[in-house]
Amino acid sequence: MFAIYFKEINTFFASLIGYIVIGTFLVLMGLVMWVFPEYSVLDNNYANMDALFGIAPMVFLFLIPAVTMRTFAEEKQSGTIELLVTRPISDWQIVGGKFLACLTLVLFSLLPTVLYYITVYQLGAPRGNLDSGGIMGSYIGLFALAGAFVAIGVFASSLTNNQIVAFVLATFLCFMSYMAFDSLSRLPVFFGKTDDIVQSIGIAYHYDSISRGVVDSRDAVYFLSVIVLFLAATVLSLGRRKWA
Amino acid sequence: MSVKVSNLIKIFETQHAVDDVSFEAHKGEVLGFLGPNGAGKTTTMKIITGYLPQTGGKVEVCGYDVSENSMESRRRVGYLPEHNPLYRDMYVREYLTFTAGVHKVPNAARRIDEMVERTGLSSHRHKQIGELSKGYRQRVGLAQAMLHDPEVLILDEPTSGLDPNQIIEIRQLIKDLGREKTVILSTHILGEVEAVCDRAIIINKGKLVANAPIQELKQQFSGQSIVTVEFAGKTDEKLLKKIKNVQSVKSVGPNTWQLTASAAHDIRADVFAFAVDQKLTLLELHKELFSVEDVFQQLTK
Repeated sequence: MFAIYFKEINTFFASLIGYIVIGTFLVLMGLVMWVFPEYSVLDNNYANMDALFGIAPMVFLFLIPAVTMRTFAEEKQSGTIELLVTRPISDWQIVGGKFLACLTLVLFSLLPTVLYYITVYQLGAPRGNLDSGGIMGSYIGLFALAGAFVAIGVFASSLTNNQIVAFVLATFLCFMSYMAFDSLSRLPVFFGKTDDIVQSIGIAYHYDSISRGVVDSRDAVYFLSVIVLFLAATVLSLGRRKWA
Repeated sequence: MSVKVSNLIKIFETQHAVDDVSFEAHKGEVLGFLGPNGAGKTTTMKIITGYLPQTGGKVEVCGYDVSENSMESRRRVGYLPEHNPLYRDMYVREYLTFTAGVHKVPNAARRIDEMVERTGLSSHRHKQIGELSKGYRQRVGLAQAMLHDPEVLILDEPTSGLDPNQIIEIRQLIKDLGREKTVILSTHILGEVEAVCDRAIIINKGKLVANAPIQELKQQFSGQSIVTVEFAGKTDEKLLKKIKNVQSVKSVGPNTWQLTASAAHDIRADVFAFAVDQKLTLLELHKELFSVEDVFQQLTK
């Protein structure tokens, strides 16, 4: 599994993908945090990072499918998947290695934003007057959300040998699982009856819950389940050649 | 035996890609897998490597069933798929290091150097795979297949698309490998089988139509040998026909004759005696068996 993990990481940084993903994310987050007047910490005068945590999932919605789209689609396109799956490693190891590599890249893009936390901490009046627990929770929530998106993206990539199809499909699935259930719960069919259940299927519900600074076991189980579910679906999809 | 295929059947939808094929491949042998395009060569190979499951029958690699004990059989197989898929953006050494990592090859760095040396990649080891010519890419494909020192090598059309010099080099490499390992290679170039393989299997429309050593195959299916003879002076067709075991005589040029005899008899000595007897000077005398091409055409018609 680690051979695949390191190969994927190497590929990210040997090509431009890694730098572009990290660069794009940081530039966007920097603009949101410090420049755009409607979100900027400097303009709304509250020492918090709500801007970042509100916008980051939207950025991940496009950025993560871009990272994951090549994982399996490219191997299928070039035929290297045939060599990979006939080597003495299990399909779970292949999927796991690729999943962890993509997640690591996302983590690398997230880490430098800790600087923003330090800056806001320094700027607070009085100094350090901000909800550190909430921010800590938000980071954990954002990382868990990224994990779910990566799992979805890897799964989408395993369905096709076309990277663009993989990207569009992943974006769609991420969007659906992140926001759609929130909106669907407001349909008259569910409203006032099972709307809370429908809402809790969505990622947003659990992301917001963790962001309050309390890591509830229910949210942890939820995110783990989503990740495992989509990785299992990926393994299943890799074995598709054996179904005939 | 290293590879044992028994009653292998593979059905795609309604098409029988492989239909009741059985054969064995032994250590120290290069087995040629012949057949027209779409005969089921690649499918059979994909089943042996564990990429595709069989519909029926059994495949064992070094005693391990490829469907029940897939991990163990996969450990013992080196595979060069058709079209030689590679990561074009990786460097030669990087790719081999990755392969060694997946196979957990001990002393990886030394083993990689050895393989690079053996496949003649030394001067290209720091290049990106995408930059390499087709011949060198084929060597990378062979290097990755051999890296973990597998007992069985499955090579699907290893020389397709190479220039004549490269073909000779790769064939030599495969021949060398065949001494210590079990090599199964597929091809539709018949000369290749004659040049590299000890034994050939011919399949057509999923069915096994021949399985024999090359020499035997040529004799068995031709049944005839042709002797071409050229004399310095004139002779008569009728006299030639009287030579022992000659079945037919054909004139193919001035004083040049083609004599057909059954493959079991070598008539050259008799032809020589005939020349001496008739006080004719013998300019040329050579015998040829039916070529693999002829056998192939007969069998896959």
